[in-house]
Amino acid sequence: MSYVAKSPWIIHYDGSSCNGCDIEVLACLTPMYDVERFGIINTGNPKHADVFMITGAVNERNKAVIKQIYDQMPEPKVVVAIGICACSGGIWEECYNVLGGIDKVIPVDCYIPGCAARPEAIIDGVVAGLGVLAGKRERMEKGLDPEGTDEAAPEAAVGAPAGTETAEAEKEAE
Amino acid sequence: MAIMIISVIAYLIVGPLLGGFLSGCDRKITAHMQGRVGPPIRQPFYDVFKLTEKEDITVNKIQDFYVLCFLIFIIVTGCLFFAGQSLLLVFFTLTTASTFLIIAAYSSTSPYAEAGAQRELLQVMAYEPMVLITAVGFYMSTGSFDVSQIMTSESMPIWALWGLFIGFIFILTIKLRKSPFDLSMSEHAHQELVAGLKTEFSGKTLAMVEVAHWYENVMLLGIVFLFFANGTIYGAIIGVVVCLLAYFFEIFIDNSFARMKWQAALNSAWIVAAVLGGVNLFVLLLV
Repeated sequence: MSYVAKSPWIIHYDGSSCNGCDIEVLACLTPMYDVERFGIINTGNPKHADVFMITGAVNERNKAVIKQIYDQMPEPKVVVAIGICACSGGIWEECYNVLGGIDKVIPVDCYIPGCAARPEAIIDGVVAGLGVLAGKRERMEKGLDPEGTDEAAPEAAVGAPAGTETAEAEKEAE
Repeated sequence: MAIMIISVIAYLIVGPLLGGFLSGCDRKITAHMQGRVGPPIRQPFYDVFKLTEKEDITVNKIQDFYVLCFLIFIIVTGCLFFAGQSLLLVFFTLTTASTFLIIAAYSSTSPYAEAGAQRELLQVMAYEPMVLITAVGFYMSTGSFDVSQIMTSESMPIWALWGLFIGFIFILTIKLRKSPFDLSMSEHAHQELVAGLKTEFSGKTLAMVEVAHWYENVMLLGIVFLFFANGTIYGAIIGVVVCLLAYFFEIFIDNSFARMKWQAALNSAWIVAAVLGGVNLFVLLLV
C-alpha cells in the first residue's frame, strides 16, 4: 500500500494573489481546521513537498519561479490551484501581463474555485488531490511516467521531464 | 556478555520504534497544547515510509553517503551506550556522527544548507562542554566511565550530580532540536531558512535523517536514565518516569518559547555548563 497519501507535505506559493486565498490556506493550519490531522505539514521547501498549492494568476514574472518550484519537487507530486485566479486567471484573465491560470505553465491536478476559496473547500480539494497522489505513486510502481495519463510503455516517458509535454502541447494549441 | 548482546539487539530493534512513538507523542501533545487535534501517533512512521517512496533527486550524490555515515555512527553510538561501554567513547562517537551530518549539508553547496550547517556547528560548540562535563561528573561520582559500572552503582548518581542533571536537561533542548534552540534545521512545523541543514535532503536521505533522530533521542534519554540508575528495579522505574517527564518538559519548552539567536544559545549553554557543571564538579572534588 502507498503511504504517500497519509503524509502529504505541502509547499505554498503566492503567484500574484491578493492574499485572500493565502490567508485561507494558512487558516487551514490553525486550530479551527487543523490539517495536521491528515499529516499535512507546511514545509516551505520544494524538495520535501508532495503537494504544490498555488494561489493567484500566472504572469511573465512568476512563470519561471513556478516552473522551478515544480521541477524541484520529487515525484509523485500534485499541483493544487487555489482560488479562481489560479484556476483560470479570474478577473485578470484579459490583462495584458497575465498568462491565465496555473495550468498555462505546469499541469494542475486539482482546481479549487472561489474568491477567496473557503478553508473547507481547500481541505476538500487537497483530500481529492491525495487520491491523485496515490494514483501517481501506483503509476511509478508500474514504471510508468507518474504525470502521464496513458498506459504506454515506460520507454515513452524516458527523456521527457514531467509536465513539459503538456505545456508544449498547449503552446502549440495557442 | 550475553546481556550486552541482548541489549544491543534490543536497541537496534526497539530504538527506532520507541523513538518514532515518542516523536508521534510529541506531535500529538504539541497539537493539544496549541488547541488542535493533531496527527495520529503513528504519523512519524507514515512520514518515513512516504519518504522512502519518493523519487531520488539528489544533486550531489556524495551527500547521501555522508548522511548514511551519520545514521551508522548514531546507531554505533547507541549500541556502545547500551552495550555498557565507556561514556567518553559514546560522546566522541556522537560528535563524529554530527560531524558527518554537517559535512553532508556543506557538500550540497546550497546556501540554505550551508547556513544551516554553520548553525549546527555553533550548536555543537554550545552543547559539547556540558556533555563532556557530564561524562567527567559520572567518573568523579562513580569512579568509572563505563556505563555498565555506572548502571550498577550503589547510590543514584543524581544525588551527587544534581547540577549536571539540570545542565544536561538544558542542552537536551539543543540536542532534541526544540525551540528556543532549533536553529539549524526545521523539525515538524518549525521553519527557518527554507529547511536549514535539511534543505537539500529529500526522499530516502531525509528518511535516514529522521530515523537517526529517533535512535539519537532514545540514546539521549538513556543518558538521562543513567542519572537514576542504581541497579535496582525502583531505580529503573524512577529513571523511566524521569525520562518521560524530561521529554514532556522539552515539548513544553518547545511550545512556550520563540526561536532565539545563536548568540543566546551559545552564551546560555556555556554559562549553564560553567555555573552548574563547574560548581557541581568543584563540590565533587571537595567532598
